[in-house]
Amino acid sequence: MTPNTSPYLSPNKMLNWSKKNLFSSWVNTIMTVIALIFLYEVGTFFLNWAIFKADFINNFRGETITDRTFCSKNIEVGQHGACWAIIFVRFHQFMYGFYPVEEAWRVNLVYAFLPFALIGVLFDKLPLRRVFLYFTFAFPFIAYFMLYGGPGLSVVATNKWGGLLVTLFLGVTGIALAFPLSILLALGRRSNMPIVKSICVVFIEFIRGVPLITLLFTANVMLPLFLPEGVKPDNLLRALVAVTLFQSAYMAEAIRGGLQAIPKGQIEAAQSLGLNYWQTTRKIILPQALKIAIPPIVNTCIGLFKDTSLVLIIGLFDLLGIGRAALSDITWTKLYYEVYVFVSLIFFIFCFGMSRYSLYLEKKLKTDNS
Amino acid sequence: MEQNFIRKLIFDEKTRALLIQTLVIGIFAVLIYLVTKQTAYNLEKRGIGTGFEFLNIAAGYDISISLIPYDSNDTHLRAYFVGLLNTLMIAVCGCFLATIMGFLVGIIRLSSNWLFRNIAYVYVEFTRNVPVLLQIILYYTILLHLPKVKQSIIIFDSFYLSNRGLFSPAPIFKDGFSVVIGSLIVMIIFTFFLKKFLKKKQELTGKQYPIFLINSALIIFTPIIFYYLMGMPLEFDHPVMKGFNFKGGMVIRPEFLGMLFGLSIYTAAFISETVRSGIISVSKGQREAAQAIGLKANFIMRLIIIPQALRVIIPPLTSQYLNLTKNSSLGIAIGYADLVHGFGGISLNQTGKAIEIMLIVMSTYLTISLTISFFMNLYNKAVQFKGNI
Repeated sequence: MTPNTSPYLSPNKMLNWSKKNLFSSWVNTIMTVIALIFLYEVGTFFLNWAIFKADFINNFRGETITDRTFCSKNIEVGQHGACWAIIFVRFHQFMYGFYPVEEAWRVNLVYAFLPFALIGVLFDKLPLRRVFLYFTFAFPFIAYFMLYGGPGLSVVATNKWGGLLVTLFLGVTGIALAFPLSILLALGRRSNMPIVKSICVVFIEFIRGVPLITLLFTANVMLPLFLPEGVKPDNLLRALVAVTLFQSAYMAEAIRGGLQAIPKGQIEAAQSLGLNYWQTTRKIILPQALKIAIPPIVNTCIGLFKDTSLVLIIGLFDLLGIGRAALSDITWTKLYYEVYVFVSLIFFIFCFGMSRYSLYLEKKLKTDNS
Repeated sequence: MEQNFIRKLIFDEKTRALLIQTLVIGIFAVLIYLVTKQTAYNLEKRGIGTGFEFLNIAAGYDISISLIPYDSNDTHLRAYFVGLLNTLMIAVCGCFLATIMGFLVGIIRLSSNWLFRNIAYVYVEFTRNVPVLLQIILYYTILLHLPKVKQSIIIFDSFYLSNRGLFSPAPIFKDGFSVVIGSLIVMIIFTFFLKKFLKKKQELTGKQYPIFLINSALIIFTPIIFYYLMGMPLEFDHPVMKGFNFKGGMVIRPEFLGMLFGLSIYTAAFISETVRSGIISVSKGQREAAQAIGLKANFIMRLIIIPQALRVIIPPLTSQYLNLTKNSSLGIAIGYADLVHGFGGISLNQTGKAIEIMLIVMSTYLTISLTISFFMNLYNKAVQFKGNI
């Protein structure tokens, strides 16, 4: 170690760093200047719009904003930035859709317990992980009871659900239901039985070959045709079926990638110990394959979470759908950028969180292997 | 004997496989039978016939963007082809733009300039973590709120950007232009063989030729010479402001631009990641070895790094093309007249033939996807490691 590499930031070190990363050559210096100008322009524009010149609850006169005519920018044209009041006034809709206000605590409770249901699955070195996993298995039933209602709670039909609730419901439930299905599909695709294999291959390639929107249309239009009279699955359930099938095909391919990475010797060793197919699969193959496949699986989950926004095309009110509904309301119309930026931000927080988690796993797996 | 048979059924691998498969076929057959029967019954009750005769009926709706002549008296079949061509058009343009942007951003992500690197990183994270549908709608909204036609933004004196789209000069091809195109094609084929010939000569004699320079000169200058020889057979029809709108030229509608920007900005973020990981996957030793044998920097890139990086880049790149093509179906949200919007939406509502139309739409997408993934699998097989299960 040289004496220069002290762990503390010294002016000298910062100078060295910027010399190396920003001003190493004259091309680099020009690039740095261009980047700084760009950052300044974009940054001041965006910050002025979003924060410094924006209205939150009151406009520049101090009046509470109740519709868009109160927004400062509609009073003083060109003087003011965003009008976030639309988000504050419609916050309930963004979070719960048309869920009754007095019942919203039920959704809040589910939101609050969702992290506890996920934490056991996500982190394998958690103390008391077993307890958390039990909770994970119980959670869908609790959540269903809390959200939909039942004995002791009033029933809230799914057409009243909306906003973040629908987005999270489709995302989380779709992923949870697709996971076991995708394992079966991946195993089926690699099995030696020609018929099982071809069914899995056809299913996976078919789903992966068509856009999600056509599956949603099909589920929406054709599911009622396939089923006996009287059985009328509600719209949210139809979307859930499409989303689950879609996700299972993509997840199956991610898992197949994991299966492919297991050396043949592992199977042969298991077989020579006298383990049968299911023992080999359950105890030897899957634990290793799933571990390798987790990062791509998380990536498909991010994809699905974003794709839930497509349900607005078949008339459901997810986050984006609620946003568009707010814009079609005559009292709030024209505040496009406020709504779209807010919805983007929520999607970004969830998806970025998931991709960070995937990175964390990748790093962890790397240390395990080397 | 009987006991033996049951034992065999459970413990013998081959017999057991046979049993499972018979069961699977049985269950599927019963399911398909039940669903078909129920569907037929439901259709009959609603008075919806089956069959594809509706394709020959007049569609009765207009399509705003079409590459082939179409009006509302044309058949549903023609509406299908209009939609298909629009889907392919946005897919091809989107892939093209996304590839360029993706490679650019991927290279910037590896730049030695800390600021450039991180601006690219922020771009990638913000675009790939926000739904593409939301981005398409956002860009479309921005395009619709551009200045009105009268105050349109003028680019290079001949392009006018306004809330009605991008007005640009339309090329008019005159008689001799096919000769120019022909000379270009001939030159491309010729340079291909010339390259092979010069390479062989280099291997025999050791003399190096500036192949790339010669070939680019041939490809660029031959058509230009022919262009002047034929008397400049290409003219542009410039859009001119008349009344409340432009006359002449051609217009690229905001729906198309919104789709193009949405799809390519979104997909470029993913492509840039595959490009970046492809380049860093080439081990440091390769570069050092190339430097040690005295190769120049651009040769190292062209002969050592890129061929190895492409091996890693191409499979995920192809799947990004697939995704982009499938995401082009989101045109329905902003009214871009693609396959799903026109044929899969309006035709479906008019005729009520949900099953037939969804079948046609899905098999069309499936054909496009399978064509792309067929080539991808061929390639994948060639690069896969052998010896794994």
